[in-house]
Amino acid sequence: MSETTTAPERPVTVEADETKPGFIGVSVPRKEDKRLVQGEGVFVDDVKRHAMAYVHFARSPYAHAAITSIDVSKAMELEGVYGTLIGEEVAAQTDAFFQIAPPPGGHVRDYALAVGRVRHVGEPVVAVAAATRELARDAADLVEVEYEPLTPVVDMERAADPGMPVLHDEVGSNVIWNGQFDYGDFDAALAEADKVVKIDRLHFHRFSSTPLETSGALVEYNRGTGQWTIQSNNQFPGFAVIMMAPALRVGIDKLRFVSQDIGGGFGNKICTHVQLVALCLLARKLRRPVNWTEWRTDQHTANSHGNERVFLDVEVPVKADGTMLGFRARMIDDCGAYTRYEPLGCIIWAQVTPGAYRWRNVRVDFTQVCTNKSPCGPNRGYSRMQHLWFTERVIDIVAHELDLDPVEIRKRNYIRADEMPYETPNGCIYDSGDYARCLDEALKLVDYANIEERRRDAEARGKLFGVGIGSTLDSGTNNFGQSTLVNPELQFSGNNEVATVKLDIFGEIVVTIGTTPQGQGHETTAAQVVADMLGVTPDDVNVRAGHDSYWNSHAGFSGTYASQFAVTGLGAVKGATEMLVDQIKRIGAAVLGADSTDDVFLEGGFVKRKDNPEAALPFMACGAIVNANNAVLPMEARDITLNCRYVYVPPHQLPDKERKYGNLTLTYATQIHACVVEVDPETGEYEIIDYGAVDDCGVRINPQIVEGQVHGATAQALGAATHEVFTYDEEGNLLTPNFYDYHVPHALDMPPLKTGYIESPSPFTPLGAKGMGEGGGAGLSAVCSALQDALKARGGAIVWDSCNPPHRVWEMLQNPEQSRANVRVENM
Amino acid sequence: MAEPVSSATIGVDVNGDRYEREVAARKLLVHFLRDDLDLTGTHVGCDTGNCGACTVIVDGVAVKSCMILAIQADGASIETVEGLASDGELHPLQQAFSSRHALQCGYCTPGMLMSAKNLLDHNPEPTETEIRRAIQGNICRCTGYVNIVEAIDAAAKGEVSG
Repeated sequence: MSETTTAPERPVTVEADETKPGFIGVSVPRKEDKRLVQGEGVFVDDVKRHAMAYVHFARSPYAHAAITSIDVSKAMELEGVYGTLIGEEVAAQTDAFFQIAPPPGGHVRDYALAVGRVRHVGEPVVAVAAATRELARDAADLVEVEYEPLTPVVDMERAADPGMPVLHDEVGSNVIWNGQFDYGDFDAALAEADKVVKIDRLHFHRFSSTPLETSGALVEYNRGTGQWTIQSNNQFPGFAVIMMAPALRVGIDKLRFVSQDIGGGFGNKICTHVQLVALCLLARKLRRPVNWTEWRTDQHTANSHGNERVFLDVEVPVKADGTMLGFRARMIDDCGAYTRYEPLGCIIWAQVTPGAYRWRNVRVDFTQVCTNKSPCGPNRGYSRMQHLWFTERVIDIVAHELDLDPVEIRKRNYIRADEMPYETPNGCIYDSGDYARCLDEALKLVDYANIEERRRDAEARGKLFGVGIGSTLDSGTNNFGQSTLVNPELQFSGNNEVATVKLDIFGEIVVTIGTTPQGQGHETTAAQVVADMLGVTPDDVNVRAGHDSYWNSHAGFSGTYASQFAVTGLGAVKGATEMLVDQIKRIGAAVLGADSTDDVFLEGGFVKRKDNPEAALPFMACGAIVNANNAVLPMEARDITLNCRYVYVPPHQLPDKERKYGNLTLTYATQIHACVVEVDPETGEYEIIDYGAVDDCGVRINPQIVEGQVHGATAQALGAATHEVFTYDEEGNLLTPNFYDYHVPHALDMPPLKTGYIESPSPFTPLGAKGMGEGGGAGLSAVCSALQDALKARGGAIVWDSCNPPHRVWEMLQNPEQSRANVRVENM
Repeated sequence: MAEPVSSATIGVDVNGDRYEREVAARKLLVHFLRDDLDLTGTHVGCDTGNCGACTVIVDGVAVKSCMILAIQADGASIETVEGLASDGELHPLQQAFSSRHALQCGYCTPGMLMSAKNLLDHNPEPTETEIRRAIQGNICRCTGYVNIVEAIDAAAKGEVSG
């Protein structure tokens, strides 16, 4: 195979106003692959310019310190060093980045380089530009910065205590945001309950998806027009320009974002606007293109971590039959040293407030604090993953303490398929799904029917045996109106994405999209949709690779993030193609002498008369007439351009700020995972011996791509559940700053993965598809759940942390009472 | 005492093409390939030798090209991802990676392919464990390795088209 060559399963014929499936739903090989398997992709560090400089950042060795002096003279003496940029210049030439938080959290002043003070190890202090990568690094080592160390804040649970050092003086404390969420009637639920399960503390750890390609950019400044071209791997240019243009004091059209291939993102490449501003200033100052490619150690130390969160004083009212009535909790979230996408995480969890369950009474006190650690940002499953892990832990702990069957308690409490669309206690509308059926499928994958036999077999070999379940939702197509629930003054809401589809002069079908794919196969799935609608094959559809904000397929929320392409991106593609179909038919009808567009259809690259398919006009002729021979057209057809732009806007409403109520995302894909472990009781070492992942993302445009995302998301979750953790010492030094110390799964670490699916089409989206790809959180829950089950036979420890490397399992085996003291059951 | 040498002229054979270049003694082979020869298919994903994105084959041995200096490759014969396809025909591994959806972002893919080629060059009929061991030094963050292992197995068996 060399191109996309899948033969259509059905004829590629398109009747009037009707899309006939031909390629949608088929695992068409990816259009992207041909270049990528030959090393012919264009990633950001592959792009070179004449006389470009390489940039290296001199970074803070302290977690918290005042900068007393900066001396770059020795660096500048080195031959081949072009120049430097320091915080004072940044503070003079830019405004601090716009803050999402309301005051006082919104008083954080965040610049492209540290100004006067550093707040985490690895924070960029000075940028140095030189002729080679090596020289830039040498020169950065010669930068002399004097620091006055300050006491760092590293314990998020104590960050808000009186007397703690304050990171941002303007804020006045380390609390960035606090809010109350109160849905249903929690007091009435307590009164109705037969038992209340109380859990003192659960902890979700700090990690990130660590894309294999680090962040980077090549930035050029056009002096004549005052315009920057930013070739980068930023995955959300819509957000980046909103942050950067005001900081740089220019209009957004002065910032041209370009990317082709991006080596993974997972949310971690959303907040690179900070470094990009430093590069813009350097390119302008030095009058030359500047290249920055982040080092892996810098990516781990100072890029974008996933949020750490604790769940305190949890109370869960339960009926005697296992019906769960709600939960109350105090949640503290750590966003690290700066608020770059935060405090949006303080509301994004609420997209899935009840998780997969029917409980209606929820009371949450949510606080976000800052600490002297790497800033946090979106990370695959952003903020919902933490919350869904919490709800799954609660379900399992309740089952464990009340001796209820984990499968039965889930089925009793899951939202039912016949209740869809389901309105959650906070007004989100779960569009479709069948969680119980997904669970049955997942259990089948791990041969649950014979699980007790396998348990006995493992125990006979001296192993502890556990089976666990993870139930999560991947909420996609954000309603940015949720930002107003953290800051009522914000003027953001809804969502959008753009596509253009045109028929060019020689009949080429050319598609551009506003997205920035990082491996999701957008070129392929977009071509599948266009092919079906135009009656051609994906081979006939040229989808431009990558993103360019100058293509006119860019809107305020353009990018690839938050599980939405199948809805917003393909919704835009479908809308633009519908316009093109109509225009082609008008040309065809006119040329072929048909009375109306109803009398023609599209097939195999021709417009044909229905009553005489021999009368056919090739697309090439349509393209030629409109683009290069349009004087032949009657005046009433002169509005036809064959160049159609469509902005997909989902049907979102403004949420109710007072009640923190409303639908926060358009779709809710389902993931139900089942995990089987064997634990060595002597060492705490354990092995995942069986694993099943069932996914429901509605209509699957390309099943192979969907399954690939399920594999990858699950692998990331298993890595996070078993090993991956950003550990800091008490001075705020990151102890796992690269792949040497931060162990991500390798090929031998991965258990056999079995996948299954069901399709519950979304009633709310253009193609019945839902965004997906972030649903790996189920793996974190499933592993914790399986360990909990395995430990039951040896003291019944409570799995309280989301990361359980063997040493933690060993600790729970040695001292189960320690974690058990966390949990109580009270009879009402 | 003589000044230490800070640069040297080296000659290498890359994918059958001969190159002679003066290189800084400190330059890593991967940067020589990417920056001096513009063979940007070989990628850099870490700074500790863990990720394998830069894997190439040097004189018949898979090597992480960020872990040796360019001058150490003087006189060597090097294979990179750019040399896998011939006469416009993709290598069976490349075909299998595509048909089995063994790549998403494609950043690890060149290194993964070179490790896989090195495996099949020495062991044409590997077991699944041998395949996993052969790519143990290559990190992929997108696929969970499921389809990569399947693709290498398919290529070994000549079942590349899916």
